[in-house]
Amino acid sequence: MSNYLIRRTITAIITLFAISFVVFGVLELAPGDPTSALPETIRPEVRQMIREAMGLDKPFLVKYTLWLRQFFYIEPVMLVQNALGTQILDPDTTVRLSSWGSRGTPVFDLIAERVPQTIWVVGLAYIMAILIAIPLGVISAVKQYSFVDQIGTVFSVLGYSVPTFFTGLLFIIIFSVKLKWFPSIYNTNLVVNDWASFVLQMKQVIMPVTVLGFFQAAALARFTRSSMLDNIPMDYVRTVRAKGFRERYIIIRHILRNSLIPVITLIALGIPTIFGGAIITEQIFRINGLGALLISAIQVNDIPLIQTVVFIFAFLIVLFNLVADVIYGILDPRISYS
Amino acid sequence: MAVQSTTVAETPLVQAISTRKHRTLWGDVWLRYRRHKLALFGTIVLLILMLGTFVGPLVYTVSPEYIDIMNSSLPPGADHPLGTDDLGRDTLARNLTGGRISLAVGIVAMLVAMVFGTFIGILSGYFEALDNPLMRFTDLMLALPQLPLLLVIIMLFRDTLRAWLGLELGIFVLVVAVIGLLGWMPTARVVRGTVLSLKRKEFIEAAVCVGTKESGILWRHILPNVLSPIIVSATLGVAAAILTESALSFLGLGFPSDVPTWGRLLFENKDFMTQNTWLIFWPGLFISLTILSINFMGDGLRDAMDPRGRQ
Repeated sequence: MSNYLIRRTITAIITLFAISFVVFGVLELAPGDPTSALPETIRPEVRQMIREAMGLDKPFLVKYTLWLRQFFYIEPVMLVQNALGTQILDPDTTVRLSSWGSRGTPVFDLIAERVPQTIWVVGLAYIMAILIAIPLGVISAVKQYSFVDQIGTVFSVLGYSVPTFFTGLLFIIIFSVKLKWFPSIYNTNLVVNDWASFVLQMKQVIMPVTVLGFFQAAALARFTRSSMLDNIPMDYVRTVRAKGFRERYIIIRHILRNSLIPVITLIALGIPTIFGGAIITEQIFRINGLGALLISAIQVNDIPLIQTVVFIFAFLIVLFNLVADVIYGILDPRISYS
Repeated sequence: MAVQSTTVAETPLVQAISTRKHRTLWGDVWLRYRRHKLALFGTIVLLILMLGTFVGPLVYTVSPEYIDIMNSSLPPGADHPLGTDDLGRDTLARNLTGGRISLAVGIVAMLVAMVFGTFIGILSGYFEALDNPLMRFTDLMLALPQLPLLLVIIMLFRDTLRAWLGLELGIFVLVVAVIGLLGWMPTARVVRGTVLSLKRKEFIEAAVCVGTKESGILWRHILPNVLSPIIVSATLGVAAAILTESALSFLGLGFPSDVPTWGRLLFENKDFMTQNTWLIFWPGLFISLTILSINFMGDGLRDAMDPRGRQ
């Protein structure tokens, strides 16, 4: 197992480097010029000096290595510094990864401002999706072809056929405009310090969470159902039944526990995709999260910011692939790594 | 006596066999597909949508671009069957032309993904030396963040391609190519798996023994046998491509404003949806119906082409 873990981690690191190269390369090929947004009155030689100061005249590999150093060395160290309040790097010589827009604010500061909103929405949506999907999947499988199963099927099919940007808009029209239950725009400045503000926070988060969660729950419920159906005819289930246990006990303690192994893997694999899906949800409900940051960075051609955000998304995918593999190995003793 | 009884018992069977119509593989698939109610429903809905979007603009000749401010934001009525938008443009005409582009993007992007996925899948399944590098490449592609990368690539290369190929064609080629080239990986994996199991079958061994050239084996024996998983994943690929294109357009990074795809219509009308809900209702409904029908068709095809279900 530990051998496998090491091998798997090394593969993940190699993949990550390859991806960073791709992400960096694609953006280097891009025809954009960061000085094109500056006023026309700036003379060409000054323009050239600005480009040199930004390090744009350096060869690709130098820029790439510099970026890697900033991403994997300087920024983590800065994080530790801020957490511990100590000084490790010399502030005069270290160059942090800076955005081209936003007056050169360090990219990670911009990201840090946005992450809480995204995590809050994505996290709640995922928890909601799991809480809906697993019971629904279990009931659909145990009572196959029953009324609940039919409802579950319709729910799942609608869930992955109706795009989130349509359900989101419909929710806004129904619940914000017509019924006036929830606000349609997310207020980031809301400080939660008492019951009233907590209610407000829940109210503004409920629609994006439902839209995102509904979409995720659909696939998860189907998967739980088919995983349960795989396990129900197994011999071990017959054995437990022959011992005379109650049906509830058999389903929860035996069938469900075994069926959840692939479901948990899918849940781990789904975390990065839900971050991707949040890009759209954030646009619908005007949440200024990570996805909104990426969209605005793309619109102003802020290459360092785009590179970093896209790479963070890739990092999440690789990380959760690894997590899923490891979890699968731990939960299912039948899998042997050799 | 014994001889007589066997002939009596056999005659109807022999007759049944000789009179039974000759059935082909695809005839069989169609027979079973027809029994799948939802798939049939999906096929009909999709056919209507396709007919409407490809033939509709020829019959319903109202211009999707004609601005009529005096008649703006109308609900569905006699003059404008689906109403008008904030500039008085006819919603039905815009949805018809929009659907044409959305469906075309879906189909062409799927073709790109299928060609690429099948090629990589067959190569890595058949040639052992290529298997590891190609599958690592596939894994790498799967680890790329799809939507963010799509957004970035389209934003960065939009103007370049537009300059080369013209406004509309440029963005079409770009969107189709990027969606296709980021969407072939599941197909490649499925095809590889099928080829790996086919490779050990006796008929391939026989073909090798007779001295068939490798290209002949791949083309004549392997490819026809991986066709059913390819068709299923092609169906689902169309749905995925349409969804992706709509998402891109919805984020304002897909087609430009003068090309009304369904996603684009949602994007540009979402600011007026409180005044006229119909504007976002129609494109949303059409996207959802298309995806729903295609998913049903995919389910039906998977069941119909499963050899275990053959009788």
